[in-house]
Parts: sequence; C-alpha cells; structure tokens
Amino acid sequence: MKQVLSATPLVSRRSLLKGAAAAGAGLIIGFHLPERGFAQQSSGPRSLAPNAFLRVTPDNRVTVISKHLEHGVGIHTGLATVIAEELDADWSQMAVEPAPADVELYKNLAFGIQDTGGSNSMSNAYQQYRRAGATARALLVAAAAARWNVDPADVSIVRGTLRHEASERRATFGELADEAASFDVPGEVTLKDPAHFRLIGSDDGIIRRLDSPSKINGTATYGIDMSLPDMLVAVVARPRLFGATVESLDDSAARQVPGVAEVVPIPTGVAVLANSFWAALRGREALRVEWDETDAERRGTPELLAEHQRLLDEPGLVARRDGDVEVALARAAKTVTADYSFPILAHAPLEPVSCLARLTDEGCEIWTGDTTLTPLQMKAAETLGLRPDQITIHSVFAGGHFGRRKETALEAVEIVKAIGGRAPVKLQWTREDEMRNGLYRPMYLHRATAGLDEEGNVIAWHHRIVGQSLLGQSPEFAHFLVDGVDLTSVAGVATTSYNIPNILVETHNVDLGLPVSTYRGNNHMAYAMETFLDEVAHAAGRDPYELRRRLLSHDVREKQIDVLAIPEPMKAHIFAEHPRDLRVLQLAAERGGWGEPLAAGRGRGIAVAYAYSTPIAQVAEVTMTDDGFKVDRVVCAIDCGVAVNPDVIRAQMEGGIAYGLSSVMRSELTLSGGAIDQSNFHDFQVLRIDEMPEVEVHIVASDAAPTGAGEPGVVPVGAAVANAVFAATGRTFHELPFSRN
Amino acid sequence: MAITLTLNGRDASFDVDPETPLLWVLREAGGLTGTKFGCGAAQCGACTVHLDGVPIRSCITTVADVEGAKVTTIEGASGPVAASVQAAWRRLDVVQCGYCQSGQIMAAIALLEETPSPTDADVDSAMRGNICRCGTYQRIRAAIHEAARTMKG
Repeated sequence: MKQVLSATPLVSRRSLLKGAAAAGAGLIIGFHLPERGFAQQSSGPRSLAPNAFLRVTPDNRVTVISKHLEHGVGIHTGLATVIAEELDADWSQMAVEPAPADVELYKNLAFGIQDTGGSNSMSNAYQQYRRAGATARALLVAAAAARWNVDPADVSIVRGTLRHEASERRATFGELADEAASFDVPGEVTLKDPAHFRLIGSDDGIIRRLDSPSKINGTATYGIDMSLPDMLVAVVARPRLFGATVESLDDSAARQVPGVAEVVPIPTGVAVLANSFWAALRGREALRVEWDETDAERRGTPELLAEHQRLLDEPGLVARRDGDVEVALARAAKTVTADYSFPILAHAPLEPVSCLARLTDEGCEIWTGDTTLTPLQMKAAETLGLRPDQITIHSVFAGGHFGRRKETALEAVEIVKAIGGRAPVKLQWTREDEMRNGLYRPMYLHRATAGLDEEGNVIAWHHRIVGQSLLGQSPEFAHFLVDGVDLTSVAGVATTSYNIPNILVETHNVDLGLPVSTYRGNNHMAYAMETFLDEVAHAAGRDPYELRRRLLSHDVREKQIDVLAIPEPMKAHIFAEHPRDLRVLQLAAERGGWGEPLAAGRGRGIAVAYAYSTPIAQVAEVTMTDDGFKVDRVVCAIDCGVAVNPDVIRAQMEGGIAYGLSSVMRSELTLSGGAIDQSNFHDFQVLRIDEMPEVEVHIVASDAAPTGAGEPGVVPVGAAVANAVFAATGRTFHELPFSRN
Repeated sequence: MAITLTLNGRDASFDVDPETPLLWVLREAGGLTGTKFGCGAAQCGACTVHLDGVPIRSCITTVADVEGAKVTTIEGASGPVAASVQAAWRRLDVVQCGYCQSGQIMAAIALLEETPSPTDADVDSAMRGNICRCGTYQRIRAAIHEAARTMKG
C-alpha cells in the first residue's frame, strides 16, 4: 500500500492533516482498487469502504470522501447529508475529507474531468452519493443479519444503530464495519423513497455545517496554513503588462536580504524564495527586473472600449434566432434601444493564492485549494516530466473561489522544479498580485433593441454581446463552443424563456491578452436582459411584473427556434421547465409585496432568471438618499429541485446577493497602457456589512432533481436593484458599476 | 534582538526583524495560523487580533510595536463574551469559506466587550472594516445580536 506523506499545519505537528486527503491511514488509493472494495488494513478490525465515496471505520465514524472542493458553498455538508440519509447514519458520526486527484473515480459527471464549478456539484453527485450510501447500508444490514442469524429484512437502522426488534439486539456501524467488509458489494441497491427522507430537506437545525467548528476556532487549514520542514516561501515578481517576459535580471541586492535563499526565473516571472514570507517580500522589493514588453497587451481601457464598440456595431456570431427580427423591428410601432457596458472585475477571494508543492522520490505532492484537479494533475506531470499518477494532490479548504482557483498550483510546481526540488515550496500571492496579475471577469458591451406593436406587445428582441470568450481560452472547455459561440457570453439572453416571436442574439469574441476566467454568477447577461425589459415595459405602459408573467405564460420548449448555438447535450435542460420560472416569479412578487404602496423616495424592482438549471426571482426595495440609494431588502424565491440543505441554500442566496451587489455597485478594474490601475481593496471596492440588505429567502418545495444553488443568487440581484431605482426615479444605469453614474 | 510580548496569556519571545508585521510573526514564527492574510494594508480585517483588548490589524502593525503588550489571537479567544460569540456563530452557521471569520469573530468580541447591547449602527461601525467575500454579513449581524442576548443570560 502506497504511503501518503502528510504535511502538517503550522499550528500543530500532528501527523494528521485535518480536512485533507492524508487523513485516514491511507485507505483509499484510487489507482489500484482492491477486489473487495477499498478498505484494507494490515491488522486490527477493518473499515468498510465499499466504494470511493465513503468509509465506515471501527471507531463508528462515517467519513465521506468529497469529490468536490469546499470553497465555502457547503458541499461537504451536502454530500455528507446525502450519504447519511441513505445510510440512516446519525449526523453526529459524519465526517468529510477531500478526494485525491483521480479522474476515473472522482470526475464531475457533467464535465468529464475532476472539477468543481458551474454550480453543478450537487446535481452531478446526488445519485452517485445516494447509491454509495445505500450500498454501505446494505452491507451493514447483511453483516448484522449474519451475526444475529436473522432475516436481513428484519434488520432496521435508526440513527446509526442497527436493530433487530424481535430479539432486541443492537449494534453500531463501527462494531459491524469489519464484518460488513467481508461481504461482496452488491451490484444493485434500492434507494430510499424520498417520502422517508429524514435528513435531506430537513430544516430543524439537526444538520449543521461540518466545517463550522474548525472555521470558528481558527483551526481550519487552507493552502496558506500548510507547512513542511525546511520549506521555503516563494513570492513572484510578475510583469506590469500581460504577456511581458523577463529581459534581464539583477538579483544581487535581493540575495543580500537576510533570509532569502533562492532567486529563480520561471515562466510567469521571477520567484524569490526565503525562509519567511516577509523576507521573500523584502527580497522581491530588492529585485531589479527589466521586462520585454514587445508582445505584451498595451491597450488601456479607452482603447479596449473602442475595440469592443467597433464590434458592437457589426453583426456577430448567431447564438439564437427565432423568426425575423429585422422585419419585425421594421414594422414595430415603437422601438427601444440601449447600450450597456460592464467592467473588468477581479474575483477577489479573501485568501490570495497560496499553495504548497514538493518533489519526492516518487513524484510531486501538492497541497492546494484548486478546483480543477484533472488539468492541474496533467499539466504538473507535463511540467515535471512525470506520469499523472505521480502527482499527488491534497485538496485543502479554499478561502473563497468565485472562478479564481484554477490550476493556481502550477506556478508552485514551476518554482519547485526551478530549484531542483531541494526544498518544499509554499507559493504566496499578495493582494496586489491578485489585483494586477490574476484572472479576471472580462469587460462586456451589450446592445439591446426591442420592438413593440400598436398594443404594446413585445414583438422583437435584438441583442448583441461583445466580450472575451471564457471557455475559448481553456483547452478543457473550448469544445463547448458551438460555431464560435461561447455559452458563458450569452446564457440568460440566448436562453431566455420569454415568449417573444422574433429574437436574434449575436455575440463577438474579442481577441485580448487579458487572462480571464468564469465568474460567480457572471451576471451581465441577466442584468442587461432584465433592466432593459423594465425599460421596454415602461415604453409599453406595462407593469414590469405583469409583463414578465405574460412573457412566461408559454412553454418556450414548444417554440420554433431556428438557431440555438449551444452544446447538444445541454439543450435538454437549457430552458426552465415550464412553469417553474413563472412560479418563482409569482412567489417573489407575492412575498416581496409587489404592488403594495411605497413611501416617496422608495422603489421596488423585480428580476427573474434561469441560471445553472435553477429558476430564481428577486424583488429588491431601495430608498433614495442624498448621495445615491440604499438597498433595504431583497426577497428571493428559488426552485433548485430537492433542497438537500435548506439552510445552506438560504446562506448561498444571502451570500450570492452580497456578491452580485458587490459586482454592480462599485467594483471595477481599469487599465492604463495595458497595466491594471487598481491594487487593493481601497480602490477595488467591495460590499461591506453596512451595505448588506436584509435578505429573505423562499425555497419552492420540490421533488425534482437538485440543480444549482451556489451561483443563481448572484444573477438577478443587480437588475432587481437597478429596476427599483428606475421605478423610484426613472434613472437607468447602463454603464456599470453604479458608482460611475 | 528578541522581542517579547504576552501572546494568548503566555510569555513569548521572537528573534525576528523588528519591522516584520505582527501577522507574519504570529503565523510563521508563532505557528498561530488562525489569523489570516487578506490584503496586507488594513483594508479587509482578516488579520484582526486584540492588542491589550483592542482590535487591531496585525498586517500593518510591526512586531516591534507590540513589545511588552498583550496580544490575543483567535486561538486564545476565551471568556464569556468569546464563548457567546463563537456559540452564536455555530448556531446560526455563519461561516462559508471561513477565511475571514477569525477576524470577524475577533472584531465581534471586541465590540461586545465594549458595547454589550450594540445597535445595528454599532455593528456597522465596528464591523465595516472586515470584508467577507462570501457575503455572510446578514448572519454576522444576527449572530452578534444573538450573542448579546445570551450574554445577558
């Protein structure tokens, strides 16, 4: 059995790395599966590990192996809930550890690689983890029946205790784990009737987040907290301009800084390694680097805007076409048009990138909070000239993600390679590094034009979106482009369920040297769609809520759509299942008091979206103030199918609304001559507690399969707030963030 | 020359560059990693610790500045107020990614030590220096009010 080497958190020298894959005596190694399941130990009672997703140990603990990274959304708790439900475990015996990198065992079933993203963690894993739990349950029942010599049908499990009522016998999971491990794993198992769910959907306070205690007392370990003996801390000097490379380097002064051990060029810049972060930082300050900016991106925001603007005036790739927009607009009694601009944004998770890598005789070990384990493993192997199975990845808690943590550990691998593996390396980014050299939500421009007939019906919607392609830059996801159309640039517009007879959605992919990445709930599409609809409603003399109700009164899946450039497998669920979106709209309107009178200087706005396979609607209330407005309250209605952990979903709505508000109110990055102007939270401003509205969440009861919950909350909030201000004052915000207006 | 201070109730001595921010001394030399690095510029509050009972940003405070002082980190948070705050944080499941929460909790403890029954405006003013990118603000506010209630018994 391969030994998994473990790094220790600085805080203690215990051999166990709590919350990381090293815990648990190395029971699960993905590459060679023992014939009878996964659990084998050399001596003593065995654990029961009938599949890759859980382990029942003799100490009566059920440890769930999470294939998804815990970066805050509560997926560890969610997957533990699913297994505990099928297993009839007691919540107090549940624990979670992250899965190692193993694409066969732990791939995201929607992506085909091991990756956490797209708000599909629960939806892709739900049935898989249910089956895992039910399998373990069947084995424990079989073991109890054999021990007691009774019919398995007469063995029940109540909160983690196996029982045989007639003989009043009892046993714990831990007592039976060893015996259960002797039985053949059944090929088929019966899943629980959802009517008997006790934990899934429970909202009575039994389920508490499993990661809460360690995150409250400071013992939770993130990449930044990892440490190994003789480790060096690395910071990297990176160029001011994207695409610049090192021309010359004078490290003589840097090497004089006490504590600095190494200065090495790497593909992304120059790494300074020292025995402490502070020494590494001082060393970097003393570094003299000349950069070759020949091939660098040198355009500033004005030049980039002009380039986007040029494309906005030209026909683009067709993402969707129904009917004939040009003809309809030509015969419209009235047309409305608006241009929108959305800024470059930093994801700005509070933990700057930090990860640990070391070379060993066997290969390379990495400790990181990255989401994209398969590409990281493949690329690290390529960098080091190793096989992928020689790259061991220990996932740790990520201090936020939002689209930022993708293959971040590759840079640490480059550094450890550059020093010949002579010491383990912890890579540490600063906030300034994050702002100026990170990954970004690109800028986008939109142009929307709508046509109304004599009666004020919306007969045409023409929408053009210009921006960098997010998926096009990624080899793993570029194949999701259809005829050049990137779904992430147009979702929510091209996929609108609104029953408008003539629709044309076009897009341009801008060629620009900014490193971009997906962004939590990337809300520019919903913002433009839903604020423009309020302007259309105003022009038509309609109530914004009533107009939406009318536009959602038909099932879009029955409509003739001539072009829809999205991947074929996604077409089945790209539109909301009618009338689930109508239902959340109505629920938000009812609970948000739509139509009730408001005092002068106050406004109410509504927006609806179908995002990450989840219908969601929000009603926002604002109060105008001397220097702008305050968002008082947001009422949110969501239908994400089976609500595995209702309180976690509420928390995601609260947090998603905060993140969405942050992205529209003041956050913005600009470039001058190709360099990012902002550097830290004083000039890249984010939402703080005094601006947080009161959030009220209503979850539609549903027995449909679970869908996204991490990102949908972000999507409609900007539009709902802008519509509330529009209702109160007639003011529109076409140029984001709001603070620009 | 070594710098001495009282760290979480115990004498501690660190032989480091006196200009090193307290944050990095705590984390790297002291092994107390509960206090986090978010911005290095007193903009986010992730590094909040108590200096003689007062919340400070350890990322811009040099270790020389705290010579002889009493420093308390999340690992040393104790007493009835800390217990009430941490219990409320647990009951309401405030945390998400959790990275800012040590700083949030230290700021909340300092607030309630000073102001046992804070108003919403008190919460805003005491907590607006602490960023949470996951957006747990609603629960932070609720947990502070709940802790205030339980402290009264």
